Amino acid sequence: MNAPHQATYLGMPAFPTAADASTRNTQLRANLRHATHTIRAKRASAVAELDDWSRLRAAGAAIKDRTLRHLDHYLERLESAVTAAGGHVHWAADADEANRIVTELVRATGEREVVKVKSMATQEIGLNNALATAGITAYETDLAELIVQLGDDLPSHILVPAIHRNRGEIRDIFAAKMAQWGRPAPEGLTDAPADLAEAARLHLREKFLNAKVGISGANFMVAETGTLVVVESEGNGRMCLTLPETLISVVGIEKIVPTFQDLEVFLQLLPRSSTAERMNPYTSTWTGTTDADGPSTFHLVLLDNGRTDTLADTVGRQALRCIRCSACLNVCPVYERAGGHAYGSAYPGPIGAILTPQLRGTQSEVDASLPYASSLCGACYEVCPVAIDIPEVLVHLRERVVEGGPASVRGTRAVIKPAKGHAAERAAMRAARWALDHPLVLRTGQRLASRTRRFHPRRLPGPGRAWSDTRELPSVPEESFRDWWQRTRGGSRTEGRKTT
Amino acid sequence: MTPRDPGSRNPDDPGNPGAQGAHAPGTRSTQDPGPHAPGAPGLGSRALVMARIRRALADVPRAETPGEVPVERTYHRVHGDRGSAETVDLLAEHLADYRAIVHRADTPDHTGAPEAPGAPGAPSLPALIARLLADRGATSVAVPPGLPASWLSDVPDAVRRVPDAAELTPHDLDAVSSVVTACAVAIAETGTVVLDAAPDQGRRHITLVPDHHICVIRVPDQVVGSVPEALERLDPARPLTWISGPSATSDIELDRVEGVHGPRTLEVILVGPQTAGRS
Amino acid sequence: MRVALFITCVNDTLYPRTGQAVVTLLERLGVEVGFPDGQSCCGQPQFNTGYRHQTEPLLLRYARAFRDYEYVVTPSGSCAAMVRDNYPRMGAKAAAEGRGQELAEAAAEAVPKTYELTEFLTDVLKVTDVGAYYPHTVTYHPTCHGLRMLRLGDRPRSLLAAVRGLNLVELPGAEECCGFGGTFAVKNAAVSAAMGADKARNITATGAEAVCTLDNSCQMHIGGTLARQGSTVRPIHLAEILASTEGDVW
Repeated sequence: MNAPHQATYLGMPAFPTAADASTRNTQLRANLRHATHTIRAKRASAVAELDDWSRLRAAGAAIKDRTLRHLDHYLERLESAVTAAGGHVHWAADADEANRIVTELVRATGEREVVKVKSMATQEIGLNNALATAGITAYETDLAELIVQLGDDLPSHILVPAIHRNRGEIRDIFAAKMAQWGRPAPEGLTDAPADLAEAARLHLREKFLNAKVGISGANFMVAETGTLVVVESEGNGRMCLTLPETLISVVGIEKIVPTFQDLEVFLQLLPRSSTAERMNPYTSTWTGTTDADGPSTFHLVLLDNGRTDTLADTVGRQALRCIRCSACLNVCPVYERAGGHAYGSAYPGPIGAILTPQLRGTQSEVDASLPYASSLCGACYEVCPVAIDIPEVLVHLRERVVEGGPASVRGTRAVIKPAKGHAAERAAMRAARWALDHPLVLRTGQRLASRTRRFHPRRLPGPGRAWSDTRELPSVPEESFRDWWQRTRGGSRTEGRKTT
Repeated sequence: MTPRDPGSRNPDDPGNPGAQGAHAPGTRSTQDPGPHAPGAPGLGSRALVMARIRRALADVPRAETPGEVPVERTYHRVHGDRGSAETVDLLAEHLADYRAIVHRADTPDHTGAPEAPGAPGAPSLPALIARLLADRGATSVAVPPGLPASWLSDVPDAVRRVPDAAELTPHDLDAVSSVVTACAVAIAETGTVVLDAAPDQGRRHITLVPDHHICVIRVPDQVVGSVPEALERLDPARPLTWISGPSATSDIELDRVEGVHGPRTLEVILVGPQTAGRS
Repeated sequence: MRVALFITCVNDTLYPRTGQAVVTLLERLGVEVGFPDGQSCCGQPQFNTGYRHQTEPLLLRYARAFRDYEYVVTPSGSCAAMVRDNYPRMGAKAAAEGRGQELAEAAAEAVPKTYELTEFLTDVLKVTDVGAYYPHTVTYHPTCHGLRMLRLGDRPRSLLAAVRGLNLVELPGAEECCGFGGTFAVKNAAVSAAMGADKARNITATGAEAVCTLDNSCQMHIGGTLARQGSTVRPIHLAEILASTEGDVW
């Protein structure tokens, strides 16, 4: 069976444009509100069970910082450990190279079908489309990824890629599309989540049992031992990691932890932050290959694809601590209303808003808009289990967008130009700064505004409409505080009464 | 702070790509030839990525070693202060929270103190396993090579034993009703059993494809309080499977549903000397 | 104790009553308040939009304006957070760019003396009962920067709890951002408005007469949205509630 090409993120509009449409989609808004609010309270109580959470969080951040500051060292250790355990290590500088390596590895097996565990790295590089071009069908086996694949849709969440779909929509997708990909949905399928999960079980069973090649990512790679870790819930991960003869894992170079012991921190931080469980149902670890147990051939494809550019930025580097738990998405008021697709990449939400412009650069319209896709409310930083100060990085990247400056671009130090379309804003900011730095000018402006207050329109023309379309303007007072102070205190600190 | 050059910080390291001549220290400092430059493809990208990393880490002092980056492990080794019986009780409670079905059995080879004081009615392990398989209507059971023979001694012959053999295919296993295994360690705080593919647990696929898994935990010896304590007992070289309840998904509206691809029924038997005061 | 009021540009221009309330309140508590005329904006709008270099003169101006004071008190969580969190970052970045220590030193001077109003009341003056009287039903929206950057915690609530006559009602989803976010409100107007609309609906549903915040910039957004929704709930800054007494009702 030839898989249709799936939708891609290419050519997505800037965030405000996409979000303008998605905020009007009442079904989407309701789905996202329900799902994110459901998980928020659960996460909070799962985290509250551990009275040393802040210390675990600090340790998680520190372990990742240690790894990142010595990434070359740990990659070398990992490579030798994986190789010693019977695995094969490949290096991919970018998405195209990773796709080419995986395609060639699959071709070498003679197979035309592969089963896949949900993997952010393979979403990022568009592996499924690359395989389809080579005539290889990749079957997504995570329930949400299956929903996305069958619906010819795009993931909109890191943990729950089909979070934008409710049970009724999922039922309709299964009923309409399963037959094109394999075993049809059962007759009379209801929208009960248990029935939908059962339909997925039946549909995917034959794929698992027949699979000869499995493709995965990994949550962690242990440098010391060469051990890979996949954290999951459904058992599709175990199926893909255990039953095929060949396993190919595509993993970002930042997914390393130094030692096996370090997992004690992350296996506590991740499940509680992600699915709000004490522990996820299944965690699989493997070290190379094991005789007569699981795949006899194991390939690890280590992926750069912009990670070294991110590493080169001493402020932005912390984004590479991310363990893809998605707590920041679930708590984000902007994500909840805009939806994941508005972020134009496999990484939506607050983490996507700082990761995507670093992995891809800030030159495209959507990438330049992502650092602004936040009110800087800080909820993301508060829940992040590895303490990524997302607001700090957002502001740092905004500077790169409007001012340009030094950055690493595909491994080369460069001085990048400001993104297009900010000239008027830049001039306005300069003018505002000048006025604010000259309080007499400011006072003159305030007095002018006060004197004309009766003539102020309730709705503004031009860019001001962005405010006044939905919000009343504040009325300008008769006198500014400055003038009141001057009038009542005469500029000296004297006793005075308010005179309103 | 000494900015590093694009060469390796670890000049003694045999994996140093500087030694492969991609970027000799101090030369061609910021030119990146890109991934599609001519040369051996795999090796070329390895050297390329390594050189990019070293340039990216120009702010890290050359002399800094990984161990010098501070990691404070001030978090608890275990949460709370519990005796071994309480730890077993917590395990039982947390297993049940995520829909594992928990049973208790008296140890068949238990040679300790008088029979099950205060736990009247705790069945023997073989009797319990036989009953659970019968209740399930199991017609076949996958058996790890090192499973103590006595554990299945009460199971009627009509229930076919399927040994965990190398030639067993996924399709064969799909026709097997149940699987009975031991475990490597269990974690009370998280309600987790860990399998490490030892002979009494078998290869990973036998606990994956059958829809019904009976897992026996020897208590209190195999029970630890916390994740850190569990990792201490495990060998990373072995393939590990951490199981916390039956398979589940939150993919539909972030609502938890038990039972997707892995065994939809997980029954856990806590076997050991039964003590008073347990629920 | 030499105490200066940092009024902030938004309050100065649009909400002078809040500044008047702070002065009234602090003077009632026996604090002599100064208002150095050289003060301006903290630079948050520029900084948070990415114009760090345009913000630098405002950092220097801030440090200069308040040089003679031990304490700088501001009725704005977000402006206090700008000074405390971002001024040191600006200083460090300028130093890393080889532009000397001037900004870092100015930041180091400004940060320790800058207090948000409720911090100054509870931590420095050590009062929670300021003798206020405000006979109304009020709900409280903790603004993000006060909540998550300054970590004000219980301070605002303990001050409100001591106000005579005030009936405090819980705001559902209180800790969620109102959607203002400075230039976010116009750059991402659709999402900002959607967040504001949800916040305003939650506020109206409490049945309160007034919604209290610590930030008039958020208040401007919330109030503008409430008004557009036809809600009668009145936005009010905490300082104005605390300034109010039986003999001098605000």
